[in-house]
Amino acid sequence: MMRFAAAVVLVLAFAAPALASERHPSLAELETELICPTCHTTLDQSSSPIADRMRAFIRTRIAAGDTKSQIKSKLVAQFGPAVLASPPKEGLDLLVWLLPLTGVVVGAVVLGVLARRWSRGRADEARPPGDPGSNGRPPLGPDVERRLDDELARFDS
Amino acid sequence: MSLRVVAQGLALALVAGLLSLLIWKLLHDSSRKLEVGRRVPSFTLSRVAAPGELSLSSLRGKAVVLNFWASWCIPCKEEAPLLESASRRWRSRGVVVLGVDSRDFTGDARRFMRKYHLAYPVVRDGSGSRADSYGVDGYPETFFIDRNGRLTRHLVGQIASRAELDAGIREALRG
Repeated sequence: MMRFAAAVVLVLAFAAPALASERHPSLAELETELICPTCHTTLDQSSSPIADRMRAFIRTRIAAGDTKSQIKSKLVAQFGPAVLASPPKEGLDLLVWLLPLTGVVVGAVVLGVLARRWSRGRADEARPPGDPGSNGRPPLGPDVERRLDDELARFDS
Repeated sequence: MSLRVVAQGLALALVAGLLSLLIWKLLHDSSRKLEVGRRVPSFTLSRVAAPGELSLSSLRGKAVVLNFWASWCIPCKEEAPLLESASRRWRSRGVVVLGVDSRDFTGDARRFMRKYHLAYPVVRDGSGSRADSYGVDGYPETFFIDRNGRLTRHLVGQIASRAELDAGIREALRG
């Protein structure tokens, strides 16, 4: 129950700012999410005439109460999807998001399999035939064992 | 089949895929300039100040002055009256001035056309993909195209004078 409550709190903690940003976007954040069509950098990095014009458009739309998605849609209608710094998560563009994730997962699996094989090979090489507790030495004779026990008993007392 | 063989196969496929992408990119490099005498790329785009679309191929049989511009471009403002004047003077002799408003807001383009009294057709290339296919680096750029759709002259930057514009048109008419 506590875990569930913690998960809900965590989700709300992340969702609330995202929702606020969607409903009341700022020019500064939109500038980092949109590309200047002539210089191909984000708007915050550009001082070209069209970047200035786009900033003026965004200010007007924010003042008119548009959400972030609405402003982006209007700019996509004017300049095409390349105006978005991050590709939309749909259609072929979805591959841009899925391929790196798939790469990471496949890479982790391959690394895991290789590491397991490697460590097992090392363990097999290091392990001597016979008693695993003998540490590679021949077993002690009964006389030596008895003397060792005596010595240890004397040492303990 | 061992894991090693599968991994090697995957790695080879990945390298082959990346190589194919590189070759495709080089073959379709849109930044290459058009050459005089070669056919220009065709396109169909929405008109800015009128409903419907206009296709460059529909103008075959006429000499075309294809001008890439944007409302935010200062030299475009200076050459707009020259283009409008040429459009009126040469229309009866089979010449069409065609504007391509590129990387611009549609509303701004319409205001620009009203302000400079542009009556010649203007189409909209909001994303700039048509400009890229013509190798346009900046605005304005003007392409003179003969009746068979071949490039006869290319001007980078503002058209310097009426004489320069007329010379380009005469050349396009001669084909």
